[in-house]
Amino acid sequence: MIFDASILFQIAGIGIIVAMIHTILKQMGKEEIAHFATLVGFIIVLAIVINGLSDLFQKIKSVFLLQG
Amino acid sequence: MEIVQLVMIGIIASIFYLILQEFGAPIGYLIILVTSILIFSVVINHISDVFELIHNLGERASIEGMYIETILKIVGIAYLTELGSSLTKDAGLLSIATKIELAGKVFILVISIPIMTALLEAIINFLPVH
Repeated sequence: MIFDASILFQIAGIGIIVAMIHTILKQMGKEEIAHFATLVGFIIVLAIVINGLSDLFQKIKSVFLLQG
Repeated sequence: MEIVQLVMIGIIASIFYLILQEFGAPIGYLIILVTSILIFSVVINHISDVFELIHNLGERASIEGMYIETILKIVGIAYLTELGSSLTKDAGLLSIATKIELAGKVFILVISIPIMTALLEAIINFLPVH
């Protein structure tokens, strides 16, 4: 396999776990902490995604001669 | 057969998206983003092969390098614009997607200015102007 698709499964797993935490905290009556947990999960996933995005943009720049 | 893998990645991503949508999580959008990145970064390797071929053909036909480079740049801008605008459309921001497309068109026009001026110069040279 040339490319790495495991990042997709990682993100889906993080998403499901964060959704579960959100639901449990909501049931416990701690809405603020639930929203905070969702936000933290989102930021973690975003940090993963941004790396891939910057790699892709570098590649596009080098292939399409878009330097400067 | 890379295409089978890409199609499977697309299907799996849509399943994950549907699951995460049920929870109402904003991470569903990041699934779309990651899938786009994965598919695009696979495709771009093959695009670079094709571009190498085009470069070689152009050199053999002794076409000036500037023209082929401009065409490659235009294709690159078109691909990037398409990626950005479709991702923005998926997030539901239709007006920003339209603006991105507008920006892409304008930049393509700006890049093609030297070729247009060269063409106009050629035409003016042909005309018998006193």
